[in-house]
Order: sequence, then structure tokens, then C-alpha cells
Amino acid sequence: MIEITDLTKQFAGHTAVDGVSLHVGQGETLVLLGTSGCGKTTTLKMINRLIEPTSGSIRVDGIDVRQQFGPEFRRRIGYVIQDGGLFPHYTVAEAIATVPKLLGWEADAILERTRELMAKLQLPETILSRYPGELSGGQRQRIGLARALAAKPPVVLMDEPFGALDPFTRRHVRRELFGLNELRETTVVLVTHDVNEALELADRIALMDKGRIIQIGPPDDLLNQPATDFVREFLDDKPHRLHD
Amino acid sequence: MTDFFLFVRDHADKLLEQTLTHIGLTFLSLLVALLIGVPLGILIARRQRLAGGVLGVAGVLQTVPSVALLGFLIPVLGIGVGPALVALFLYALLPIIRNTYVGITEVSPSVKEAARGLGMTPNQVLTRVEFPLALPVIFAGIRTATVINVGVATLAAYVAAGGLGEFIFSGIALSNVSMMLAGAIPAALLAVGFDFGLARLQQLSGRKLRVGALTFVVMVPFISAFYLLPGRQDKLIAGFAHEFYGRADGYPGLQKTYGLQLQPRLIDQNLMYEAIHREQVDIISGYSTDGRIKAFDLLVLDDNRHAFPPYAAAPVIRKVTLNRYPDLELTLNKLAGKLTDSVMTALNYRVDYQKESPEKVAREFLNQAGLHKQGVHSTGLKPGAGKSSERTETVVVGTKVFTEQYILAEVYRQLIEGQTDLRVVTKTGLGGTQICFDALRTGTIDFYPEYTGTGLLVILQPPAKTLQKLPMQTDSVYQFVQQQFRARYQMDWLKPLGFNNSYCLMMRREQAQQLGIRSIEDLVRYLGIN
Repeated sequence: MIEITDLTKQFAGHTAVDGVSLHVGQGETLVLLGTSGCGKTTTLKMINRLIEPTSGSIRVDGIDVRQQFGPEFRRRIGYVIQDGGLFPHYTVAEAIATVPKLLGWEADAILERTRELMAKLQLPETILSRYPGELSGGQRQRIGLARALAAKPPVVLMDEPFGALDPFTRRHVRRELFGLNELRETTVVLVTHDVNEALELADRIALMDKGRIIQIGPPDDLLNQPATDFVREFLDDKPHRLHD
Repeated sequence: MTDFFLFVRDHADKLLEQTLTHIGLTFLSLLVALLIGVPLGILIARRQRLAGGVLGVAGVLQTVPSVALLGFLIPVLGIGVGPALVALFLYALLPIIRNTYVGITEVSPSVKEAARGLGMTPNQVLTRVEFPLALPVIFAGIRTATVINVGVATLAAYVAAGGLGEFIFSGIALSNVSMMLAGAIPAALLAVGFDFGLARLQQLSGRKLRVGALTFVVMVPFISAFYLLPGRQDKLIAGFAHEFYGRADGYPGLQKTYGLQLQPRLIDQNLMYEAIHREQVDIISGYSTDGRIKAFDLLVLDDNRHAFPPYAAAPVIRKVTLNRYPDLELTLNKLAGKLTDSVMTALNYRVDYQKESPEKVAREFLNQAGLHKQGVHSTGLKPGAGKSSERTETVVVGTKVFTEQYILAEVYRQLIEGQTDLRVVTKTGLGGTQICFDALRTGTIDFYPEYTGTGLLVILQPPAKTLQKLPMQTDSVYQFVQQQFRARYQMDWLKPLGFNNSYCLMMRREQAQQLGIRSIEDLVRYLGIN
């Protein structure tokens, strides 16, 4: 579904992403895991061309992303960011309708799809006329996802989607959302620095450091056969007391 | 307070008209500022490199004092709506550009990124996300600009663009408090009202604000249209100073004596000459010996029905001084009739426009008139006499603060020191009539040049009955003030210098000749022909 070859991005002399190659299969969930500044978010944003690569190629569904008009292309790819990235001046209903409207859907179809998503996400329809400021963090996150899924994109990109939630809510929302059939059929690329989140959600994990992929594979592979000490240490997320 | 309400009642039409003009002027400039400021704000939010420069320039414009800004604009745009609108526009620009810029750049980066990530084009990001979110901030800027403009628009009256400032400036020129307040109170109410209304609009949230803002923006051109309502236009356009327009011996006197009917524009008196020179007006008010008459080749219209009281210049002197120095009267009277209108105008012109010193201009005048140092020989003193070291007695001459009086002071000094052994001290900084007269009464000065009309109307202020009986002719007024000053103040008016610095109407000489207009009567006749 997504084919990345030798992707590089340089910002003013500093290389953020350095020769990354990977592929993501249909319906697969790939987690880009790593410390802050390791290049995982930059990699993600190059997939939907929010950032233009310095070199290398990205193909989505067999077509080079650079051959497409950015905004139109992005409408076919779901995008979720921390805290939902909702517009403060859009109601919940308007937020969910954003992409379908950009795509020129009929009002009826938009309404039907909105209802469907609200039901799936177990959100009461009474909040449709509310503004993001009037929602809880968990609700905002769900609406953010509903907005990304509204136009039934084959690919969804998520950038630290649960980063703004407390650990308890985060676990809860995450399980609930990834339990949806709708998301299971979709190709997902998710960026996180949370090891547990990666282990729980990923079909495969790509662990990145300093712009390179250190190891890529199913969670078990990374846990059982770490390629380097860095991988072992990174995944060894158990709490350690200092000086024991 | 009753005066004020009476004034408002009597001038309700004019007041309404000026209020509408004021609002129109404010909103027309606001409209232009919106049309230019908002896109400019958006542009610099997009291209941050330009932001510093654009905001810097707009900020500098904002700090230029409004009167100074008009001063810069008048040479380029003349008088009238042009400079007023441009000045108002420039003042409205900064709050609008800055708030648009700040409003858009302060939209949270994650919101902007989400908008792009969902597949909005840059224009969609702007119109659907950034602009609506920046709207409250932009609106705050519009509110600031509106309130600033209501205030600055009062200055439009300086340049004949109308508005409530006309009442304020006329009121100040005439010391008419009711008139001043009739302009100042509505202007203040407008500012407070707009501020309050726009503040209410600004507090609306979300969709209501967008609807409200849109309504407001749509209304702006309509409100601006107040200013564009066509007014009656005269065949010849008059531009009068505020004081002239309001004073009983100014325009109202002309209306009474000649039946002259005009729709004059009111302008600051120092700008009138520029305005007539640039043919923005055809008739102006002024003083008959102003150097600018010569500089701009203007024709003073004859006032053969004597609508304007005569302002013949003559030295006013203390009796005490005359008794102490009996020669002084003879000496001063040597100037009698020597300074005619055209001579005085020419002297004023040389000082004002050719930047010659009053001292030099006075010396050359006295030489030509054959009055320089003549008396030194006739009194039989040796050459070299008359040095100040040998002079023991002193007379003090005072003047008001304008060119003509400075020249006269020099003429007196050189004349007296040339013809007598007296030493002359000049005190040239004595503000206006009242200050000069008080200085004379208390003996701070011995004499100063005064005008008969001023002596009559400002100092003596006779009751209306007396005034009605008094023929407004040079001789009769002179005799009246002379007699009154002798009786009341122990002061004497010596012989008139010859010129009459009275109010007058003037036109460009070329145009007046083309139209065959030489006097105010001709003008009235010309305006009457349709």
C-alpha cells in the first residue's frame, strides 16, 4: 500500500531523515517508534506531503505521491494529530463533515456518514452542535479520528494521536478505537514514543534513531531478537530505580 | 447651557449635515484602509520577511502627528477631501494591518497543520480556518481604527473637507463656546458610540461574530456614501477662514450689505492662499495687506459699500510719552499716508517671501521715502551724533506677533533714532491685541501700531446702537476711536500710516479679469446670473 524508498530530508544542513526505506501492507498498522527528534514525525509528514522530501520516493497505492496535487491527495489520506487538531470554530458536525465537503459530497450522504461514525465511536448525537472547547479530551480525540475516517480513506496517518490524554484515558480510548472494524481494514501509520502503545497496536514496529531505521519487524521480533543494544534498551520499558 | 441648546436648535440642519459628513469621512477612509490593510496583513502573515518592513512603515505613519501629516499631504494633494481621506486612511492602516497579521499568525500551528493535513488548499486554509479564527482580533483592529478616525476626522475642517471639526475650529476662532461644544459633543458621542457598538459586536462568539462582522463590512460602503451625497455647488467656490465665516464683520456682514449668498468651504486661514493658488477655490477671505496677495497675484475686490469695517493702521501712543517728548508726534506723523496698501503689501511680501530682514526692508523704505536720518542735520548735531551711547532717553515700541508689525517696529526705530536723540527699544513679542493694549496702558511700552477696526471692535466694544449709527468709513471710525481713546485711556491715535489692513475678499487676478469682476458688487452680480 505504501512503498518508501531511500527517503531523505535535510533541513538547513541537518539531516532529519536519512535514507529510510520501508513498506506498509494493505490493512497493516505500522508504528514509527523513537525518541523525540529521531525523524519519525518528519517521515510521516512526507507520506502525505506536508513536508517535501529532499530525495527518495514514496508510492501510495502504486502511484508516486509527487505526481499528485498535494491538497487533493491529502483528502484521500486520513490524518490525526495530538488532541485531534480540531478547529475551535467548527462544531462537531462541521468537523466530521470537513473532508467530505472538500470532496463535494451531498449533504444527505454527509449526514448519514456522520451518524454512522458517531454510533461506532459511541458518541451521543447531542454533542454534534458543540464546539471543541466544550468537549472532554477523550471526546476530542474520538472526533479527531471520526474526522479523519469520514471520507473512508484507505490510509490513515496518526501523529502521537493520544499524546494529550492522561495514561488511563489513553489506554481506554486506544483500545476502543483500534477495536473498530473500520480501522482494522485501514492501512495505518502511527507515530509514537510510547513503547507500550507501539507494542499494543503495531503489526510491525519501525524503531528509528537519528533519522535511520534501526530495526523493523513485528513487536515480538524486536523484543526477542533486538538488533542492537539500543533496541534492547529502548524496549526495556520497565521502571528502574536509580542506583539499585 | 441654554446658549448651547439654542445654538444646536438654530443650527440643527448644519449639525446633522456635518455629523453625516463626519461619519461618511470616517467610514470612507476606513473602507479604503480595510480594502488595503486586510490583504496586506494577510500577505505579511504569509511572507514573514515583509512583516517587519510593512509594520514598521505603518507604525511610523501612525506616530506622525495628525496636523503634521496634513502638512505633508497638502503640498501633494492640495486641500479638500484628498488630504483628509489620505490622512485618515493612513491612521486606520496600522491597527488593521497589525491585527490582521497578529490574528492570523497567532492561529495555533497544530490547527493550521491539521487544516493542511485534511487536504485544504492554501486558500481554503486561509478563508475557512485562519481568517475566521483571526476575526475577533481583526475586528478589534477595526474598532481601534474607527475610534481613531472619528477623532482625527475633526481635523478635516482644517482643509475644507467638512465634518464636526468645522464647529470646533470656528468656535475656537470666535471664542464661541456653544459652537465649539456643538462640534465637540457629537464628535465625542460618535467615538464612544462606535466604540461601544463595535465592542458589543466583537464579544459575540463564533458564527454570530462572523455574521455581525460581515454585516458591518457590507454596511461600511453604504455609510461611506453619506460623504458622497452631492451638495449644491456655486459657480465660484469660496474658501473662508473659520473666523471670517463666523464674525459679524466678516461673512455675515457681506451677506447683510451685499446679499451675497455662497456655500463657502471652511479652511485654515494659512491654507487658503495655497488653495486659491491651486484653483481649488476661487474666492478667499483675507487681510488686504497680506504679502501673499502679491506672491500669488491675487486681486482684492473693492468693498465700495463698506461691509468690512476699516482697519486703518496708526500708532497709538500714551499721552505721558507725548508730553515728555513733544518732538515724537512730529516725527511719527512724518510717516502719515506714506504706507499705502500696495506699499505695505510689497514690504510684507519682501519679508515673508523673499526672506529679507525687516531691518533691511524698513531701511530701504525710509530711504525711498526720504525719511532716513534727515533730522540729524536739521538739529545741528555733529556727524556721528546719535550713537546709542549718547542717547539717554528711551522710548519703547511694542508689536503684535506678525510680519507687518515687525516691519513697522523697524520703521519706527530707524525713523526715531535717525531723526531724534531718543533711543528706541522694540518689544516684538506681544501676542495679540489685548496683550499689546495692556502693555501700553501699564506703561510697559510707549506706543504700538494698531488698526482702527480693532480699536473699535476689540478694545472699545461700543454697544450695538452706537455701532449702527457710526458710518463704517475710514475717517469716521478713526475719529471715533481717537476721541474715545483720548477720553478713556489718555492715549492718542497719531496720523494714519495710509494703509488699511481690513478683511477683504480676493480672487485670482487672471480669473477676476476674465469674468470682469473688480468689486464685491460685480461678484454678486456675476453669481446672480444663471
